[in-house]
Amino acid sequence: MSQLHQVEHPVEFKSYLRRCLYVFIAVLCTTSLMIGASFLPNYGWTAKVAMILAVACVNAFVVAGYLMHLLSEKKMIYTLLGFTIFFFAGLMGLTIWAMHDMPAGSSH
Amino acid sequence: MEIPYTSKPRPDTGVYNAKIGIWLFLASEVMLFGGLFSAYVLLRVGAAPGEWPHGWLNVGLGTLNTLILALSAITTLLAWVACKVGQFGKFKFFHACTLALALTFLCVKMYEYHDKWIHYEIKLVDGKFADGHFEGAVYVDKAANKELEEHSFRGMAFSEVSGGVTNNYELVSVTLEGRIVADEKDLMDLRAQKHIEHGKVTIERSQIKHMENYGPWHNTFLAIYFTLTGLHALHILGGSIVIGYLWGPGRKMWKKDPERFTNRIEVSGLFWHFVDLVWIFLFPVLYLM
Amino acid sequence: MEKLVQQFPPHREDDAHHGHGGHGHHEPGFWEKYIFSTDHKTIGIQYGLTALMFMLFGFGLMILMRWQIAHPGVPVPFIGPLLEKVLGSVAAHGAISPELYNSFGAMHGTIMVFLGIVPLAFAAFGNYVVPLMIGAPDMTFPRVNMASYQAYFVGGLIMLVSFFIPGGAAQAGWTSYSPLATTIPTNGQLFWIIGMVFLISSSLLGAVNFIATIIQLRAPGMTWMRLPFFVWAQFVTAFILLLAFPPLEAAAVMQLMDNVAHTSFFLPTGLAVGGQLANVSGGGSPLLWQHLFWFLGHPEVYVLILPAMGIVCEILANNTRKPIWGYKSLVYAALAVGFLSFIVWAHHMYLTGMGTKISTFFQATTMIISIPSVIILTCFFISLWGGSIRFTTPMLFALAFLPMFGIGGLTGLPLGFNVSDVHLHDTYYIIAHFHYVVAPGTIFALFAGVYYWYPKMTGRMMNEFWGRVHFWGSFVFMNIVFMPMFAQGMAGMLRRMADGGANYSAAVNSKAGAEVVGGLSNNMMSLHTGILWGAMCLGIAQIPFIINVFWSIKHGEKAKGDNPWDATTLEWQTPTPPPHGNFDHAPQVYRGPYEYSVPGHATDFTPQNEPEGGATPKPISTAH
Repeated sequence: MSQLHQVEHPVEFKSYLRRCLYVFIAVLCTTSLMIGASFLPNYGWTAKVAMILAVACVNAFVVAGYLMHLLSEKKMIYTLLGFTIFFFAGLMGLTIWAMHDMPAGSSH
Repeated sequence: MEIPYTSKPRPDTGVYNAKIGIWLFLASEVMLFGGLFSAYVLLRVGAAPGEWPHGWLNVGLGTLNTLILALSAITTLLAWVACKVGQFGKFKFFHACTLALALTFLCVKMYEYHDKWIHYEIKLVDGKFADGHFEGAVYVDKAANKELEEHSFRGMAFSEVSGGVTNNYELVSVTLEGRIVADEKDLMDLRAQKHIEHGKVTIERSQIKHMENYGPWHNTFLAIYFTLTGLHALHILGGSIVIGYLWGPGRKMWKKDPERFTNRIEVSGLFWHFVDLVWIFLFPVLYLM
Repeated sequence: MEKLVQQFPPHREDDAHHGHGGHGHHEPGFWEKYIFSTDHKTIGIQYGLTALMFMLFGFGLMILMRWQIAHPGVPVPFIGPLLEKVLGSVAAHGAISPELYNSFGAMHGTIMVFLGIVPLAFAAFGNYVVPLMIGAPDMTFPRVNMASYQAYFVGGLIMLVSFFIPGGAAQAGWTSYSPLATTIPTNGQLFWIIGMVFLISSSLLGAVNFIATIIQLRAPGMTWMRLPFFVWAQFVTAFILLLAFPPLEAAAVMQLMDNVAHTSFFLPTGLAVGGQLANVSGGGSPLLWQHLFWFLGHPEVYVLILPAMGIVCEILANNTRKPIWGYKSLVYAALAVGFLSFIVWAHHMYLTGMGTKISTFFQATTMIISIPSVIILTCFFISLWGGSIRFTTPMLFALAFLPMFGIGGLTGLPLGFNVSDVHLHDTYYIIAHFHYVVAPGTIFALFAGVYYWYPKMTGRMMNEFWGRVHFWGSFVFMNIVFMPMFAQGMAGMLRRMADGGANYSAAVNSKAGAEVVGGLSNNMMSLHTGILWGAMCLGIAQIPFIINVFWSIKHGEKAKGDNPWDATTLEWQTPTPPPHGNFDHAPQVYRGPYEYSVPGHATDFTPQNEPEGGATPKPISTAH
């Protein structure tokens, strides 16, 4: 079991520092993009929400991918997160669908 | 027989125990916040037209907190890397940074909460609405029978029914730093209103129909705002306690078992990054949309 | 031999590494050993005893409710004065008021599900058996395990205390639908929510621990497809708990806010309470609570049933002396059940005015999930074929599980179709349905588990004769209690009526002087009395069990060796009771879990740790 440990790439502080700098710049950019998108004058709320959420997802991807090492994780963890995301989507999607699919003339 | 794989990874899964543990825990956290986010979506979609507030929160403070938290996430990662390369001094520095940033985040959050707490909406007898931050109130002390001015409000709400008497202090008038609008809907979209004139507004007790601050009871937006950010703040608090422990008394382990200590830093870092991840969605959802 | 194994822990080289002790053979004190233990076996037994006690309490509530249904407003004999003394005006003159009936109903459900069955089926058996079965020294996170039990204990305590606060315990049913849950003027609901938050946290900690243990601590050679089915069942259950419980925790937090901070998450605009417009901001959605509740609520059903199926599987294989038929189908079916259980929840909500598309979707998934459940049951039935069955007490309970769960499961189909559900919803039919699944289903499996693993926990057998008395009593009276409810429900008797429908039937019947459609006939109403007596006798039938459990600890027949049932799985290959750390070194696993009656083998069972070639198993404990 210790063999596997030694195979891991040697950690270098400087390269991580550089990586962190890029991450922070990415966070800065995405945050200002989100704020900018929310102030766009000529778009409706639906379009804005879609844009902002898309940028937020990019931001989340950067944090999860580089800070949480999700880009280079073990298969076990991917499987686990895959299930979670499926059920998360089920919870959100089906609930929202159920709330919209209502007999005519009723409201919740 | 000892519990294996507490610090070394198991060959076939490639991870050590605590890492599986924290990811499982985070999976359940995803579902916890997922439940709250789906509540947010349903409340927002279900709100009557024009009744969902826009621009009620301070985007500047929100951005500040976003950056603070992102920075703290980065310092936790660097603290872990420092452990990994065996530079304990660097670890102490970066972990202290994380802790300081976490506490700064909480302070900013507290300021925002307080700002909502002293923000009052007063429904007037003539159907208009006064809205603004609390400046002061004049009471009559019924025991001593003299007037006095106070800069905090007694009680959280005022309605005609209760009559405005709290512990023998009878309300005379309230002064807000704000404005009077004709309709409650005019208060909903603060983003659409470019320049809002603010000034001191004093309202006599006889003019007040209902008075209430911007607490979670005010409407569903504030309810979900306080619940989501409150739960998130509790996570920050919990994370700070863990980080503080590892920075303080927990660091003894570094001498005995540096590998296990490094793993602990990684695991607590994963939790911390998750908390940052939640905020990455909370910020646009609550502040920008 | 028994003398030998009592010296515990046996010789070990690495005592110093352990959290307790440190100085050679230091015996942990009473508190460390029995109360604040981090040993999975002790925690399992703690869970088991606490859960059994809660189940007895929940059963008591049920007897009181059945009395009230059969004899509305009549003081409860013997216990009535005590109730009045303890609970005050809600039990005036020793009779059960509608408020008290509602409390009992809500708490019966909550206690049985969250404090009884889940802790017993998942936490107790899982804790005790899973690490032994996979050849692990303990759970992965022993201290988290202890915290899990403590959170459960505190949660249970909060639930119990809520009976004695002014206004009494929660009254809004175990489902706690808003706005009812927020508008009933008692703090019982507050206690309920806080108690639930503790119980949910406890389950989450347990689930993390189980999954991590099964993934990380399997012994060498214990591949996924060599896991006993019980471990698979616990694995799937843990995943369900891990991912389905948090949305309910979110909902509980929001209901807590509704109750404490006067928010309106689940309170709609224009809500009227007692004819007055409620002082709430409104804008909330009552259906949101139902969605979040049933997102847990339905998977929870599988949390109740999967561990039971796991127990039954072990006992069937052991007592038919042949391999389980279709092991792989069982595993995949269990995974499919777990997976699908997350997307069927809204079949509990057909009557909330859902649209046709979404109803059809949930109807379809509900029908689909019945397929893997039937696969599991079918595998069990086929496993019996051609076996030389030993009718031991655990086997009797396991066998009874099959038809009882079958009845419970199949009567669920009409509830899954939204057309027939319109008629059956909220009637006694549904009570009969889910009690058949859980009471003669799961609880029988749990009894089977107690009888089966008792010799491993104590080194002594439970009394066979009284075990059989317990079984036949439970089996007969269980059916007397629940079978008539199907008829009552189909006749239209609604659940949750504090007088069992007496007022309602009397009003309808008297209108035209004769029986009117919609009223319940006297025949239907008179079944209440039969059910009451059935329930009483069911209670009496449990007395031999209770005595048996405690009496056999000291006086039971000594188990013959460490493996009295001649079983193959690893938990029987350790000393009895297993020492702290379970094994001296990880056992090597060479084969699947159910190698019974292998042709050419000397005995009719081949333990999992027996190497190929039939040599004697490598000793895995020095206590031998």
